[in-house]
Amino acid sequence: MKEAEGRVFCFGENVDTDVIIPARYLASSEPEVLAAHCMEDIDASFAGKVRNGDIIVAGKNFGCGSSREHAPLAIKAAGVCCVIAPTFARIFYRNAINIGLPIVECAEAAREIREGDIVSVDFESGMITDETTGKTFRGQAFPPFMQKIIDAGGLINYVNSK
Amino acid sequence: MMGMTMTQKILAAGAGLDSVRAGDLIESELNLVLGNDITAPVAIREMDRFTKKGVFDKDKIALVPDHFVPAKDIKSAENCKCVREFARKNRITNYFEVGEMGIEHALLPERGLVSPGDVIIGADSHTCTYGALGAFATGVGSTDMAAGMASGKAWFKVPSAIRFLLKGSLQPPVSGKDVILHIIGMIGVDGALYQSMEFTGEGVASLSMDDRFTICNMAIEAGAKNGIFPVDEAALAYEKEHGARPGKIFEADADAEYTAEYEIDLSKIKPTVAFPHLPENARTFDDIPDIPVDQVVIGSCTNGRISDLRAAAMILQGRHIAKGMRCIVIPATNKIYLQAMEEGLIKTFLEAGAVVSTPTCGPCLGGYMGILAAGERCVSTTNRNFVGRMGDVTSEIYLASPATAAASALCGKIADPTAFTGGTYERS
Repeated sequence: MKEAEGRVFCFGENVDTDVIIPARYLASSEPEVLAAHCMEDIDASFAGKVRNGDIIVAGKNFGCGSSREHAPLAIKAAGVCCVIAPTFARIFYRNAINIGLPIVECAEAAREIREGDIVSVDFESGMITDETTGKTFRGQAFPPFMQKIIDAGGLINYVNSK
Repeated sequence: MMGMTMTQKILAAGAGLDSVRAGDLIESELNLVLGNDITAPVAIREMDRFTKKGVFDKDKIALVPDHFVPAKDIKSAENCKCVREFARKNRITNYFEVGEMGIEHALLPERGLVSPGDVIIGADSHTCTYGALGAFATGVGSTDMAAGMASGKAWFKVPSAIRFLLKGSLQPPVSGKDVILHIIGMIGVDGALYQSMEFTGEGVASLSMDDRFTICNMAIEAGAKNGIFPVDEAALAYEKEHGARPGKIFEADADAEYTAEYEIDLSKIKPTVAFPHLPENARTFDDIPDIPVDQVVIGSCTNGRISDLRAAAMILQGRHIAKGMRCIVIPATNKIYLQAMEEGLIKTFLEAGAVVSTPTCGPCLGGYMGILAAGERCVSTTNRNFVGRMGDVTSEIYLASPATAAASALCGKIADPTAFTGGTYERS
């Protein structure tokens, strides 16, 4: 699968879906609206700063809380091409795969990578490279079954192909 | 062959396999697929992308507009309309309009739509509530919901489990909410990540069904995939009373493996409050200073059931909430509302200076019906106290039981309910 490369935005532990996309915007599910309010309650300037191809690096249990698919949709629509964290909340993990937002579990990368670093990710191997510092990290690659869903372009295409 | 947990046995049966192990990726048949007015519209739009049109079984889909209904604004009204039209077009049996709806996780068990041994997905994280009836139930997103509605199947990674051995019995006014806040405080908001929380032991029998619903409801707040209780006489009596289909009772094998085991002495649990901004920030009144409160919310899929309302009413009866306090009570379903009215609870709430709302998730997720202004504090019987969850990002949410919430409404500060009951509290 293709590589991602981008500039990093760092967030802390337990980033919940209420701060990723506050419920006051949930009456809408248009990508542009969600993107405009992405991360608003944790960093109101994020939506204005993030550019296409950027990467989020965060602490453990990223995406905890509600099942709202609006959360990974908002991140994807904001242009983020990958989220790296030690662990993801399980519904967020599922949703990210189902809508095609690449995510990688890697505690070491989450600890070492700094805001503003340029980072590249090889999804097939799970290898993460901090191009700014030259450090490399081995993230958890997807199991083959999940990779199939991603390769099919998401869950719906996967179901259609069966 | 290694023993299986209760959850693993249900998933093996759902997948048509003799056995499964933690980490296996399986595809299971679904007994029920649930969505609400926030998540279903996204799923419904995705349905058009399937080559096979229509739903797998019109009787096995439940659509419950409950978050922003009666519609709070035009966009919410459009979402409700989308769900309503989809339900009509596909002849969905279990679509619940305003007037017959309720908060989904109180409503589905009440309508007898959950049976032991079921495999249920819901596009709402608190779908894990139904584990109280011995079902495997878990929250998913809208795309999973769409795939479930189209195919009647879902993929799962078989979870490992943590076992909670319950012993003793709760000392009133302590309730299921205090138990689950205590447990989340102990293991953390990712303490059960990707795992099942299996509750077992002789203490289970002392818990009411409403306590068990509350405990399973918040399994997700520890990161769990599901929470589950064994099916005992109380569960079967509940099922019979609510006209549920006969289910299949699964029990964990004696040699099932658990990643961790905790013994919980229910008699030692005290009234517990989770401080901002994570449910794991649990404290008891040994460690709670005077904290003034502006609003109290009693309701939600966690604590809007009849025993929750009784617990609150028992403390509010003959008393009045503090001057300047706002107390919002929300029965979780119309049936509960009616029962509360017949029992005189609604009168108690109104006389105490509270307001009573039609069923809605409204304030829990900062939708409407009790939004917090900058710096305001709320004691709430809901399930999440994240930053900005109920309103302004500088507002604060303290999660607590209905009894603690009611006591706090009277005192105008976070208050120990024990003071109002003298420890002799009649439980339902």
